[in-house]
Amino acid sequence: MLANSESGYGLVSVLLHWLSALLTILLFGVGLYMVGLSYYDPLYHELPEWHKSLGVVLALLSLFRLVWRVLSGPPAPLAEKRWQGAAARLVHATMLALLILLPVTGYFIVTAEGKPLMVFELSLLPALLELAPNQTDMVGRWHLWGAWGLIGLAVVHAAAALKHHFVDRDRTLIRMLTIKGQ
Amino acid sequence: MKTKMGYAFSMAVIGAALLTSGLVQAADTYKMDTKGSHAFIQFKIQHLGFSWLLGRFNTFEGEFVLDEANVEKSSVKVDIDVASVDSNHAERDKHLRGKDFFDVAKFPKAGFVSTKIEKTGDNTAKITGDFTLKGITKPITLDATYIGGGKDPWGGYRQGFEATTQLKLKDFGIDYNLGPASEVVNIYISVEGIKQ
Repeated sequence: MLANSESGYGLVSVLLHWLSALLTILLFGVGLYMVGLSYYDPLYHELPEWHKSLGVVLALLSLFRLVWRVLSGPPAPLAEKRWQGAAARLVHATMLALLILLPVTGYFIVTAEGKPLMVFELSLLPALLELAPNQTDMVGRWHLWGAWGLIGLAVVHAAAALKHHFVDRDRTLIRMLTIKGQ
Repeated sequence: MKTKMGYAFSMAVIGAALLTSGLVQAADTYKMDTKGSHAFIQFKIQHLGFSWLLGRFNTFEGEFVLDEANVEKSSVKVDIDVASVDSNHAERDKHLRGKDFFDVAKFPKAGFVSTKIEKTGDNTAKITGDFTLKGITKPITLDATYIGGGKDPWGGYRQGFEATTQLKLKDFGIDYNLGPASEVVNIYISVEGIKQ
């Protein structure tokens, strides 16, 4: 039920996947929108707080995903062609790497001058090292490019899943929507 | 003959004494003590009209030529590394460095070069000069006050000044809407120069 089996995903992996997808899209939208707000917008302070707090939630979720991957590996691959399997592995690995890189860069933007990162109004993550101004701005650019990269890969990932479902008519998408764990 | 020689000698002594005492001196060049951080460029701007926000530029260098006998012949020059803006808030500073404000990627340097100095009192002067920020150069005038000077305890010679001025953000291409109370920024400068 909870863990993955040879033929399908368990509840934990399915929940992690869709919760991550939801949070990733939400954070991307909020992130792009909030940096364009004018100073007098009522959400000028509110949205960045939400972005940071939810970002930490997604970071913890992603870390747990890595652990869970080790504890309960994915089911047997469905890909028929070798290049498909390799491409899927590359996209999945890059997305996971970005899911870790994005919160790390976000943390360094916030804490660059020694202030802690507030998570739901609690200062949970203290600053570890201070960055020079040009480093902070560079980290900010990585955060933005990384976010676009992750969303770009998510589109590729979703398109591939839909192609498997509607063109190849295999179980790729169904597998992530049904619980067939052990 | 003897008296003539003695006269010439004593004149030379007096002349040397005058020179070394600084009574008959040329203008001296002073380097701002940014290394020891006895030089500050601070700014102050209203927040919503409710309070003052304070910040500073941490990295700059400058020098002034001080002609004590003819203050009008003095001059001053400062180069500011705009990216060093520090308002004690990482995300605000990042915003200030960005396109909405200083756009430091495109305009990393700001600077001031004096063009005219008018003495207005025993210890005060108006320093007019060209100030460059965000690629825009405009004349501004600083109200400067001499604070003090003399030998320091480590074998050097120092002079210190403070100065204030006000700038309109719009004059330097910064038109991000911070509200009507926050269109003018107050500058406060305090510098100590070490004689070179």
